[in-house]
Amino acid sequence: MYLTREEEKMLKGEMGYAKQVAMEILLALGEIYGAEKMVLIKSAQISGVSYMNLGEAGVEWLEELSTDGKVEVYTTLNPAGMDIERWREMSISREFAEKQIRITNAYTKMGIHLTLTCTPYLAGNKPSLGDHIAWAESSAVVYANSVIGARTNREGGPSALASALTGRTPYYGLHITENRAYSLRINVPNLRDEYDFALLGYISGKLCKGRIPMFSRVESANQVELKALGAALASTGGIAMFHVEGLTPEYMLPPQDRVEEIDIEEGDLKNAAEELNDNVEPDLIFIGCPHASLEELIMVMQRLRDRIVKKEMWICVSRSIKGLAEELGIYQKLERLGVKIVCDTCPIVAPISSLGVKSIATNSAKGVWYSRNLNKVKVKIARLTDLIEEAVR
Amino acid sequence: MYLEVKGRVIKDGYVEGEALKTREPISFFGGVDPETGFVIEKGHEIEGETISGKILVFPYGKGSTVGSYILYRLKKNNRAPIGIINQYCEPIVAVGAIISNIPTVDKIDIALIETGDYIEIKRETVIIRKPER
Repeated sequence: MYLTREEEKMLKGEMGYAKQVAMEILLALGEIYGAEKMVLIKSAQISGVSYMNLGEAGVEWLEELSTDGKVEVYTTLNPAGMDIERWREMSISREFAEKQIRITNAYTKMGIHLTLTCTPYLAGNKPSLGDHIAWAESSAVVYANSVIGARTNREGGPSALASALTGRTPYYGLHITENRAYSLRINVPNLRDEYDFALLGYISGKLCKGRIPMFSRVESANQVELKALGAALASTGGIAMFHVEGLTPEYMLPPQDRVEEIDIEEGDLKNAAEELNDNVEPDLIFIGCPHASLEELIMVMQRLRDRIVKKEMWICVSRSIKGLAEELGIYQKLERLGVKIVCDTCPIVAPISSLGVKSIATNSAKGVWYSRNLNKVKVKIARLTDLIEEAVR
Repeated sequence: MYLEVKGRVIKDGYVEGEALKTREPISFFGGVDPETGFVIEKGHEIEGETISGKILVFPYGKGSTVGSYILYRLKKNNRAPIGIINQYCEPIVAVGAIISNIPTVDKIDIALIETGDYIEIKRETVIIRKPER
């Protein structure tokens, strides 16, 4: 693999310990994937923030890197294991909170912004068409590639951090135009709202087998719907990119040599919904997986029609969306009606089982998928309207 | 019996010890307990065995990228494997091995190795000694 003189210097440790470790990681990845060189990136998004996943050893590793590590590009951060300000209300233990704060401090020291969201593109880290970036967080990766047209592989926490520290990523995979073409055409049924898009993503992820899909016959799709589609695709299929015919920025790229065609029908969506339903009475109703946009907060407010929420209900958002909602009075109104606006985290990465939550209901296929497989709680998937009716009952 | 094969260095190093081999891929996140080093994935070929202090031989890694951090946690808890040999080392294991400083080689035909073999990893070279039968 070709390295520039500056990259050689990093590798030899002449630019500090952190950049040396980072370059070692990137070089190994580049060699594994047959990259010929590194490419400069515009921004990074880093996962591996919750203490629940990192443990004590992870905290120490980050602190070690932060002794001399500084990022070279604009870098934002995934959600943490708690709301950084309201963790006491979430019944998070002091011990957990202290570890969590050590983690965010280490990231801050490296020059990383504490956006603490899985939707960096709604919180100021929004690249442009054709930009090379190094993002972790599977739902953000798929959104950046598909909806924005920026270029990133599916990075993990350490490799995204390595890219942030060096300003580079190995040039392979989705950084190269030919690899962004589709080889699977999926004809879709009539899709009503973000719930249908989430179910479509859930089903398609399993059918893709690593291939990039082109969704055909989609009449229209907004940002909320595309976010739900991508997140579900990435959860069940590990997919990093999709196209929607006539809608997404690179749908005109010529396809790969062989294209398979699959039809998904309305009945398939119904079956998927049943599969994602344990038929439980939820302890917690949550919206915002991935983190909700301002538009979604408004959708909840409109559907609540001033009724008080009687069940535990969270909407998870980034701190920047919360700020916006506060200025517009939406935050105050929702909180007055009993909805908790939770920042910096979500029920997937927070230690919810220790908070006594045994079952959750949400409109997100990704949320349901991980809650069930990772946190071992019972789940229920439902349309936003139905969730709200359940919350006020 | 003595065998010497060459692979590709993922993390450079010298180490020797007993092999623990599985033909199934390993997910470190959710599949291995970071505190104890025991394989906890239900139904896995080596469920219930410890990977601590072994040269761990498996085809490739699977599962969440958090797996890299799990390898690192194992290392810090003194429960990590001392070396790794893969058929094909994917990024989760590669990054985990690099940050945890565990000598790792891939592109080795793992069918040549059985649990209990005595293994030496010397950079890209893997020396396999079969126990006397």
